[in-house]
Amino acid sequence: MAAPETSTAAVPTLYTNNTLRNAFGGVLSFFILLLIGVLAFSIRLFSVIKYESVIHEFDPYFNYRVTQFLTKKGIYEFWNWFDDRTWYPLGRVIGGTVYPGLTLTAGTIWWLLNSLNIPLSVETVCVFTAPIFSAFASWATYLLTKEVKGAGAGLTAAVLLAMVPSYISRSVAGSYDNEAVAIFALIFTFYLYLKTLNTGSLFYATLNSLAYFYMVCSWGGYTFIINLIPMHVLLCIVTGRYSSRLYIAYAPLVVLGTLLAALVPVVGFNAVMTSEHFASFLVFIIIHVVAFVYYIKGILSPKMFKVAVTLVVTVGLAVCCAVIAVLIALVASSPTKGWSGRSLSLLDPTYASKYIPIIASVSEHQPPTWPSYFMDINVLAFLVPAGIIACFLPLSDASSFIVLYIATSVYFSGVMVRLMLVLAPAACITSGIALSEAFDVLTGSIKFQLPGVTSNAEVDAGETSSDTSEAQTDEVKAEKPDDTSKNRPSKKSKKKERELAENPPAKATAKAKAKAEKKRLLALPLEASVISLLLLVVLGAFYVVHSVWAAAEAYSAPSIVLTTRSRDGLHVFDDFREAYAWLSHNTDVNDKVASWWDYGYQTTAMANRTVIVDNNTWNNTHIATVGTAMSSPERAAWEIFHSLDVKYVLVVFGGLIGYPSDDINKFLWMVRIGGGVFPHIKEPDYLRDGQYRIDSQATPTMLNCLMYKLSYYRFVETDGKAYDRVRRTEIGKKYFKLTHFEEVFTTHHWMVRIYKLKPLKNRIRGKAKKSKSKTSSTSSSKRSGTKKKNPWL
Amino acid sequence: MEAPIRAREALGFILFSLLFSICRSSSLNHLLISNAERRIDLSSHIVKVFLTLKVENAGSTPTSEVLLSFPPTQADHLATVEALVTKGKRKKTTLVRLDVKPTELPDAPNDAKYFTIYLANPLKSGESTTIEVLYLLTHSQEPFPAEIAQSESQLVYYRDSALILSPYHIKQQTTFIKTPSTKVESFTRVEPSNRAGTEIKYGPYEDHPPYSFSPILIHFENNSPFAVVEELVREVEISHWGNLQVTEQYTLVHAGARHKGVFSRVDYQSRPTLNGASSLRYLLARLPPRVHSVYYRDEIGNISSSHLRTDSRKSELEIEPRYPLFGGWKATFVIGYGLPLQDFLFETSDDRRYLNFTFGCPLLETVVDKLTVKVVLPEGSKDPSAVVPFPVEQHLETKYSYLDVVGRTVVVMEKKNLVPAHNSHFQVYYTFKPIFMLAEPLMLSSAFFLFFVACVAYLHIDLSIRK
Repeated sequence: MAAPETSTAAVPTLYTNNTLRNAFGGVLSFFILLLIGVLAFSIRLFSVIKYESVIHEFDPYFNYRVTQFLTKKGIYEFWNWFDDRTWYPLGRVIGGTVYPGLTLTAGTIWWLLNSLNIPLSVETVCVFTAPIFSAFASWATYLLTKEVKGAGAGLTAAVLLAMVPSYISRSVAGSYDNEAVAIFALIFTFYLYLKTLNTGSLFYATLNSLAYFYMVCSWGGYTFIINLIPMHVLLCIVTGRYSSRLYIAYAPLVVLGTLLAALVPVVGFNAVMTSEHFASFLVFIIIHVVAFVYYIKGILSPKMFKVAVTLVVTVGLAVCCAVIAVLIALVASSPTKGWSGRSLSLLDPTYASKYIPIIASVSEHQPPTWPSYFMDINVLAFLVPAGIIACFLPLSDASSFIVLYIATSVYFSGVMVRLMLVLAPAACITSGIALSEAFDVLTGSIKFQLPGVTSNAEVDAGETSSDTSEAQTDEVKAEKPDDTSKNRPSKKSKKKERELAENPPAKATAKAKAKAEKKRLLALPLEASVISLLLLVVLGAFYVVHSVWAAAEAYSAPSIVLTTRSRDGLHVFDDFREAYAWLSHNTDVNDKVASWWDYGYQTTAMANRTVIVDNNTWNNTHIATVGTAMSSPERAAWEIFHSLDVKYVLVVFGGLIGYPSDDINKFLWMVRIGGGVFPHIKEPDYLRDGQYRIDSQATPTMLNCLMYKLSYYRFVETDGKAYDRVRRTEIGKKYFKLTHFEEVFTTHHWMVRIYKLKPLKNRIRGKAKKSKSKTSSTSSSKRSGTKKKNPWL
Repeated sequence: MEAPIRAREALGFILFSLLFSICRSSSLNHLLISNAERRIDLSSHIVKVFLTLKVENAGSTPTSEVLLSFPPTQADHLATVEALVTKGKRKKTTLVRLDVKPTELPDAPNDAKYFTIYLANPLKSGESTTIEVLYLLTHSQEPFPAEIAQSESQLVYYRDSALILSPYHIKQQTTFIKTPSTKVESFTRVEPSNRAGTEIKYGPYEDHPPYSFSPILIHFENNSPFAVVEELVREVEISHWGNLQVTEQYTLVHAGARHKGVFSRVDYQSRPTLNGASSLRYLLARLPPRVHSVYYRDEIGNISSSHLRTDSRKSELEIEPRYPLFGGWKATFVIGYGLPLQDFLFETSDDRRYLNFTFGCPLLETVVDKLTVKVVLPEGSKDPSAVVPFPVEQHLETKYSYLDVVGRTVVVMEKKNLVPAHNSHFQVYYTFKPIFMLAEPLMLSSAFFLFFVACVAYLHIDLSIRK
C-alpha cells in the first residue's frame, strides 16, 4: 500500500514506452479473456456432443418446466402460479417458493432471441444457460482476482476457474440448475464488494447491492454472502483497518441488499426475520458505532475522548444487554432457533442425520470424502496454502477477504459435498494468486540471471504485464488518500493514464527501479528456477488433463440416459424416458402417479402427470406417507395410495442390468423417513442383524413390503434364478402374486416399472364375511396403529 | 329400399336386387359390364381393391364416361381411386391412366357416391373396353373383439358386398378376398362361395341388375399393426444456400384392437410371437437419396433406436418408437433431415423456380388421417403457387425464422385420409431474386460494424465535465 514516493527523476521516453506496453497488455488480456470464455463454454459441451442436447438429472427438469411456463404464460402468471400437478392434493405455490433468478435469466435470453427472430426452443436456451454463465463466472473471477493481486493473477485464476471440475459438475450443458448462474452471481458480488472496498465509490456499492439481489434471486446460498461479508467487515474493524471505504462498501449493501432481498417472494420477510441474516445486522450496528467513534475521535481532544468513551461504554453496555436479551428470547421461542434445517446442519454437521433424515438422505448433503477433494479441485488443493501465504504478502483489505473466503468455504465444503461448489472459486482464486506469484518470482529471477539483461531499464522492460499493472493499481491506491477529492474513480483506464501523466511521471520508473533492486536480492539460481518453472507447467498440464477428463467422462452424463460400452459397440439405456413417454401418451392427463420423491420433478416435466411428492421436499409428512406406503404390505399400501387418489405407482429397479441407484437401494431411507412420522414402521423390522439384505436371509417384513414386491414381480422369469445384479445375490422370495396392483408397463431393460392400482372389488356377501372373520384376529393387534397409519383417511 | 347397405348388424343377412326402374340418364342406360373381377387384399390394414371391368356400350351413342359407385360407408374411407386402361395390342400394351373425378348424381339411391372415369377415346356403340380400377380403403377393418389382452391375436371384421355395387347391369362377376392368414373365424356365404387357403371366392354371379347389393361380413385374424398417423405436419424449408430442411411431426397411434389390462415385459421379451403379435415394433421410412443429418426425437429428447441405411437410389430409416405400441397406444415424434437442394429445386424457362417434392408420408404401410405440408420459401420470394396432383386445401402463412425482417412465405397444403399411394410429387412455383440471399449476412456484418464503430466512438469521446 504505502509505496515510497521519493524519486523525482523523470524519463519521458520510458513512460511513453510504458503506456504502449500497457495498451498492448490490455489487448492481450482482452483476447486471453475471450479465449478463457470460449474455453469455459466449450469444455462444458461434452455432454451435448457425447449424448445429446437434453436437460440433465432431476432439479433441472423442474427449472425447465418453470421456464416453459414463464415463456408461455408471462411473468405475472408466473408469480401467481399455483401448481396443482405436484404434491397432490396439497399443490405448491411455485411463484412464491422458487428462486426465480435462473428461470428469469433463461426466460429473458429466450425472449431476447425470439424478438430477434432467432427461433431457438426454450430447451436449447436452458441447456446452454449454464455454459454461458460459466464463461461469465470466469470473467468475474478475473475481475475479482485483479482487485486482489493484479491482472496476472486474475487471468490465471480465470483460466483455473474455467475448468475447475467441481464447477463443471454443476454447469455442464444441460445442467440447468440454480448453481449455474449463482456461482457467477456469487463471484461477481464479491468482486463488486472488493471493488467498492478498494475505490470507496458509492456507484460500485449500488451495483454491489444489485448483484447481491441477483444472487438472492438465484440461489439459497446467498446467505453465505450475507454472512461472509459481515465477517470480513468485522475482521477489518478488529484488525484496525476501518476506513470510510469499508463503511461505503458495507452499509449500503446491508440496507439496499436487504430491501431488495425482501422483494424476492421466496425470501420475503425472512430477510429480516431469520437468524441467517442477523450477523449482517449486528455488524451493521457495530460499524456504525465504530464510525461514530472515529468521528468523535476526530473532533474531540484525546482527553475528552477518553471521558466520552467511558460514558458511552457504560450506557451502551446496558442497552446492548437489554437488546441482546430480547433477541435471544425471540430466537429461542422458535423451535429451530430461527435457523433453517440446512443451515443448522452446516453449523452442526451431525444435526441432519439426527433429526431430519430427509436432508441426510440426499447424497449431495453428505460430507465429502478425501478423494472427492482431489477429484473436484485436483492440484488446486496443493496450491491453496501457497495462495494463502501470497495473500499475506502484503495483506490488504481485499486479500484478507480472500483468506476469509477460502477458510470458511473449506469448512462448509467439509460438511456438505454440494458446497464444494462454493469452495471451487475460492480455491481457483488463491491458486491463481499462488501460481501467478510463483511465475513472477521464477521468470523474474531467470531474466535477472540471463546474460545481457542486467541494466535496469531492460529489467523493467522484461517485467511481466501483471507486474506492471499491479504496480499501477498499487499506485492508484497509494494516491487515493492524498487526493481522493480530486481523483474520482473512472472506469476508463485511459483516464487513469491521463491522471498519471499529470502527476510526476517518474513514479513508475522509480518504483520499477526499487523493484529491480529488491529482485536482485530475491533472485533464485537459474537452474532451480527453470526446473521449478517446468514443474509448475507440468502441474498445470496435469490439472488441464484431469479437468478435461472430468468434463468428458465423469460429469457429462445426463443421468436420464445411461450408456455402457461393450464389445459390440455402445449400448444405450433410455428407460426413464421410455417410461415417461409411455405415461404421457397412454394414461389420462389427470391421473396421479406415486413414486419416491426423486422422480417427482421428472414425472411432472416429462410425463406431465400429477405426482404425490417431488424433489422439493417441503412437506416431510407427505413424503413419509409415500415412504410408509412403499414399506407397507400390499393391502395397507393400496389403502394409502387409494386414499391419495393414486392410479399408478412407479418404481425404479436396477436389478436386471445392474443400475445401482434404484429404489431398493434407497429403500432404507423410505423406511426411516416413513418411520419418523408413522412409528409403526420400524427400521429394525427390515434389517437382519443390522444388515440390509434382500436374499433368503431377509426379514419377512422386507419380503412382503410393497417396494420389494413391485421391484421383483415376475423377476424370476427372466433368468430362472432371480439373480439381482446390483445386490449380487439371488432374491429371497421369487414366486409371488400381486393382488392389489397390476403391471401395466415395464421398460425395455426393466429399469422403470409402472403398476396400476386395481379397482375395488365388488363386494360379495359370503366372501366379505369370510375375509372379515379371517382378518379380524390379525387386524386387532394392528388396530391401534391404523389411526396413525393413514393420515388421509 | 331402406338402407340395406348400412345394415351393419345384419350378419349374414342377404338382400338382393335393388331394382330400379326409374329413369336414368342416357349414358347410364346403354352401358353394361360384361365381366367384372374384383380382388380385395386385406393383408394389411389398408384395404386394396383391384377391379377389372369390361365395359360394353350397348347403346347407340358413343360415350366417354363410366361411373363407379360406392356405398356411403366405403366412400368415407376411400383414400384414392385410380383407373387405368390397357392400350395397344398384345405384347406392346401400355397402361394409360385415366381421369377420375367424384361426381354428384341427383337421384343416387341410398346416398351412394359416384366417381366418373373419363375415357381417353369415346366408346362407340357396340365396342367394349377393359378398365382397371384400383381403390384403397382406410379404417375399414373393425377390430372385434374391440379390446384384447397382450397374448391374444387381433381379429377384425371386414364388411363389403358380395356383389359389386354398380349403376350398370353386370353380366358376370367374381370377387376374390385375400386374408392375411388362413385363420378366418367366419365369413358370410353367398352361394357360390368358397374358401381356399388365404383366399375367399365369391361368385361367379350371373346377370345382376344395377345396384345389386349383398352384404357380407368376414371375421378374420389380422396381426399386422394398424399404424395410423393421426396428424402429420411436414415442413419443407428451402434455403438457397443449398439445403432443403424437412421436419416431420408425427402423432402415431395403433388403431387396432385396444390393449386391455396387463403389459408384461417378461412375456413380451421371452415369447415375442405369441405375445403382442399385433404390436407395432418398428416403422420404416423411405427417404430420398443423399439425405443427411437425420434426427429422430420427441419432445423429451433423442430416441436412440433408429437405423439409417443409405444407397444411391434411396435411404431407409428404420425407427422404433420408445415403447412398442399396442392397440390404442400413442406416441409422438419428430423426424428431421436435410437434403441437397439441387435434387429438388429447378428453374423453369420463364425464370421462375419450382420445388419438386413428394407429398405424402414417407412411412410405409401407414395411413395418415390429416396431413399438413408446409413449404417455407426463402425470404423475399414472390407469387407462390402450388401444383398438386389431387385436390388439397391451400392457404398462405408467414413465418419468421433466423433474423427475418419481412418473414418467409409459407405455402400450406392440407389433406385428409392419405395412404402411401399419395406419395406423388407436387410442385411449388415461385420467383426469387438471388440478391435476397445476401440480406442477412449484410445485416449481421453491418450490425457488427456499427457495434465496433460505437465502441471506437465511445473510447474517443470524453464526456466528463471537469478537465
